[in-house]
Amino acid sequence: MSVLNEKTVEELSVLLESGACTSQEIVRDVLAEKNRIDPVIRAYVELDEEDALAQAVEADAARARGTAGPLTGIPVAIKDLLNVRGQSCTCGSKILQGYRSPYDATAVARLRSAGMVMAGRVNMDEFAMGSSTENSALQTTRNPWNTACVPGGSSGGSASAVAARMAVASIGSDTGGSVRQPASFCGCVGLKPTYGRISRYGLTAYASSLDQIGPITRTVKDAALLLGAMAGHDPMDSTSSPLDVPDYAASLTGEMKGLKLGVPKEYFVEGIEPEVDACVRKAIAQCESLGAEIVEVSLPNTRYATATYYILATAEASTNLARYDGVRYGLRVEGADPIALYMNTRAAGFGSEVKRRIILGTYVLSSGYYDAYYLRAQKVRTLIARDFSEAFARCDAIVCPVSPTAAYPLGSCADDPLKMYLGDIFTVTANLAGICGLSVPCGFTSGGLPVGLQILGAPFAEQKILDIGYAYEQSTAWHTEKPAIQG
Amino acid sequence: MNYHVTIGLETHIQLKTNSKIFCACANHFGDEPNTNVCPVCLGYPGVMPVLNEEAVHKTIRAGLMIGSRIGAFCKFDRKSYFYPDMPKNYQITQYDRPFCIGGQVEIEVDGRKKIIRVNRIHLEEDVAKNTHAATSSEVDFNRAGTPLMEVVSEPDMETPEEALAYLQALKQIMVYGGISECNLEEGNMRCDVNISLRPDGQEKLGVKAEIKNMNTFKGVFQALQAETRRQESILESGGSVRQETLRFDPDAGVTLPMRSKEYAHDYRYFPEPDLMPVVLDKDVIERWRSELPELPQQRRERFVSQYDLPEYDAAVLTADKHLADYYERAAAGTKNFKAVSNWVMTEVMRVLSEKGWTIEQFPIQADALAELVALADGKVINSNSAKEVFSILLEEPGASPKALVEKRGMAQVSDSSAIDAFVDQVITEQTKSVEDFRNGKQAALQFLVGQIMKLSRGKANPQMAAQALRDKIGSME
Amino acid sequence: MSSSFNESAEHMDVEYVAQLARLHLTPEERTLYQRQLDQILGYVDELKAVDVEGVEPMAHPMPRTNVLRRDECGTRGDREAVLANAPSVRHHQFVVPKIVE
Repeated sequence: MSVLNEKTVEELSVLLESGACTSQEIVRDVLAEKNRIDPVIRAYVELDEEDALAQAVEADAARARGTAGPLTGIPVAIKDLLNVRGQSCTCGSKILQGYRSPYDATAVARLRSAGMVMAGRVNMDEFAMGSSTENSALQTTRNPWNTACVPGGSSGGSASAVAARMAVASIGSDTGGSVRQPASFCGCVGLKPTYGRISRYGLTAYASSLDQIGPITRTVKDAALLLGAMAGHDPMDSTSSPLDVPDYAASLTGEMKGLKLGVPKEYFVEGIEPEVDACVRKAIAQCESLGAEIVEVSLPNTRYATATYYILATAEASTNLARYDGVRYGLRVEGADPIALYMNTRAAGFGSEVKRRIILGTYVLSSGYYDAYYLRAQKVRTLIARDFSEAFARCDAIVCPVSPTAAYPLGSCADDPLKMYLGDIFTVTANLAGICGLSVPCGFTSGGLPVGLQILGAPFAEQKILDIGYAYEQSTAWHTEKPAIQG
Repeated sequence: MNYHVTIGLETHIQLKTNSKIFCACANHFGDEPNTNVCPVCLGYPGVMPVLNEEAVHKTIRAGLMIGSRIGAFCKFDRKSYFYPDMPKNYQITQYDRPFCIGGQVEIEVDGRKKIIRVNRIHLEEDVAKNTHAATSSEVDFNRAGTPLMEVVSEPDMETPEEALAYLQALKQIMVYGGISECNLEEGNMRCDVNISLRPDGQEKLGVKAEIKNMNTFKGVFQALQAETRRQESILESGGSVRQETLRFDPDAGVTLPMRSKEYAHDYRYFPEPDLMPVVLDKDVIERWRSELPELPQQRRERFVSQYDLPEYDAAVLTADKHLADYYERAAAGTKNFKAVSNWVMTEVMRVLSEKGWTIEQFPIQADALAELVALADGKVINSNSAKEVFSILLEEPGASPKALVEKRGMAQVSDSSAIDAFVDQVITEQTKSVEDFRNGKQAALQFLVGQIMKLSRGKANPQMAAQALRDKIGSME
Repeated sequence: MSSSFNESAEHMDVEYVAQLARLHLTPEERTLYQRQLDQILGYVDELKAVDVEGVEPMAHPMPRTNVLRRDECGTRGDREAVLANAPSVRHHQFVVPKIVE
């Protein structure tokens, strides 16, 4: 029976350090659990067992040599749009068929140099476009808490694998909530760091000015550990921040006494599921009982956030995805001339949500529409960021829901993209403003589906939101709940 | 009806840098296909550009050299269009915030000087190179990501000759600035032109046609001539010129519409999110300005004042920066600047044109030439010997002229006692000619000098010999 | 959360835009996207109500300036690895259908 796969990164670090277990044992337990449950959950796109075990052997050898760090030998699952050298990188799409990456993303390289084992790549919405992982061209991933429900998205594979204990931790990416929302739907911790905190080099771009890599874990401390391992300036990413990286995990205090938490009135509106609303309000009351002061703040431009996000994100995406053309790598469907080659390849390679967003993004940039859509959205983005800086002048962090709903049944947004877009309302604001945000489990619906509390912080205030999240988490038992899955 | 021609040029110039504009691949021509490539310049998933500081420096230097204003806030944009030579199917370029704004290039055609205004210079990435086979094309991405400047002129040119002069002047400036080699064979400089005609007296510009992708100056010149003729005949016959994109067929000498399918162009520019803006400090720009190399025009004027050369010599020598550099290196080793100029303009340039060499390929180093000129100028050797030494040096570039003269005993005999001995011998042997000279036949003196040169095996100083002959014969009564 | 649509908003020429984006659409896709995108455009139309007078557009969430690299070459790329990813290769080059200029 598998056990080590149920441990947290923090626990495994202690076990490894004390010699109570080896990396190979951990990886074997992870593989065993994956083989037992994943046929139901379908979180993994690929897990090369031999390769993972070989890395574990190397990690154990490093420990024997005395060159191991606190993360050495701990396996991590990677969202399949981060480049991992020598492996494919499907991005949940058919269009990257046959592609093998010749390089490691900077975040992956840093986890490797910390000694972590790259143990498999997990499913996602195609090119991170979606909030349910149903837009993957490869497989449908299910929510471990209710396999009839979506795991959220786009990092649905990451969240479901971590929640189902077939991954100890996972790395996802968050462009409009793609780490926080699936973490919330699956009862995990999900962190979207400040834009520029983790290098994006090697992260297949969806929307370059919004994308950010983030960990999905079972505890706040694990998220802090992985953030610390990945964060920092990278000369390969001109948008990465040169600010120093603190030791987030070691600095966690578990205290929120005296901190001011802002509650934005615009985030508690009609449309939010009553059970979600209740869980989040209860969590805020819990924070108050832990010594935090609750203040009301206003983020008046929130109502424009979804529209702003879908204009800017799709515009950038329409160019980022132009490179998939059947010439240098990936799928190719022949044509009589280059244009026909492109049209055929892209028609066959992209799924319907990706096509929809490419068309929307192309349109908002096209001649005659740029000012009305793209430029205007960039200006509204300024207003949204301004809302936050005004709010952070009055509070240390903002607490609110991650999503207006808990996980919903598979197929319920199938023919209504706008309905799905509107579910991103509470998460897209952080990406637009560039600030950091954390999702922490804060309860369950009566149907047994997890609910997440979102903690938003000012730029580079990761330590603060992790502290708040950690204090809250330690005062509750939500993060210890575990789904029962029949393999 | 007479027509007034209006021409504007968009000139693409590859910058001389070690690495590409956004990645660490070599910026190098002529390598095996797809060897100077990496995930970044191949547009792989997940890659990001990082701007090469030297590309920025060189672009700004180009602007400073033509008097551009440097943008206070410069940024990059994505320009979308699908083409097999474009790795990301968008090009990173500068749309509304280029590095250099305004500027001018002075040209001279038929002795008439004219200012051609430059609208802007922006920096972008070059595309890959396509080679066409029977039913398919092959793409080599070595060139993709080469830093490329686009110099956009105002439509200030009125004849193909002016366009040609503009390109030559622009090239000269870029080579002078060390900005680009402007090697046309390697595609360092490529050009699109806009041309329109309007009847004399009409204010409004005519409909323009664009001729794209020309990579020789001759091609640009001929294309403009051909296009002028084409538009003229359309207008003459009462037709109207269509706004279209053309290409030039150099074999047929005509401009033709592009064959590619006509699709609407909509470049969908927007700010490149992966690159941060460039905001250069005024001090940095001023420092770069103070480090600017001399412009061709300034150097020409300096050659006249510093080396006391005639205008003509200065113009010839400074037309090519490398030739001017060579001259200056040689001039540094002598006192007779004009003599060096003569040597460079006659012997050196003759060899260059015979062999088809550039001055960089010329085997005789400037210091060796200086030594040779000094030997001739100091009458150590006479001019025949000097030419002989020059030929030997071409074969043995490492040799020292001085050593050659010594080794081969070519030194001119200027010792008066030795010359006197030759003079005595000739006067004794050539009594007839001596007599003729005494009777006022000047040609006889030349003959007698020739005899002395023969006796001395070419080494006697001919001026001294002539003088000695005159003195001796004059004193014979 | 507003989910009301402005029915008078722009009607997108889906066929033309898809052509710009080099996407071939089936007639069914065209019909579907036409409906969905018009609906989405109706929704994003709400931005027209925002007063953005004098507001600077935001291109970068965490702006910096002059992020430059030294002009130095790195290690040479691995041509075989690069070409191994290519769907069609000849003479160490990427093959495409014939380009007409």
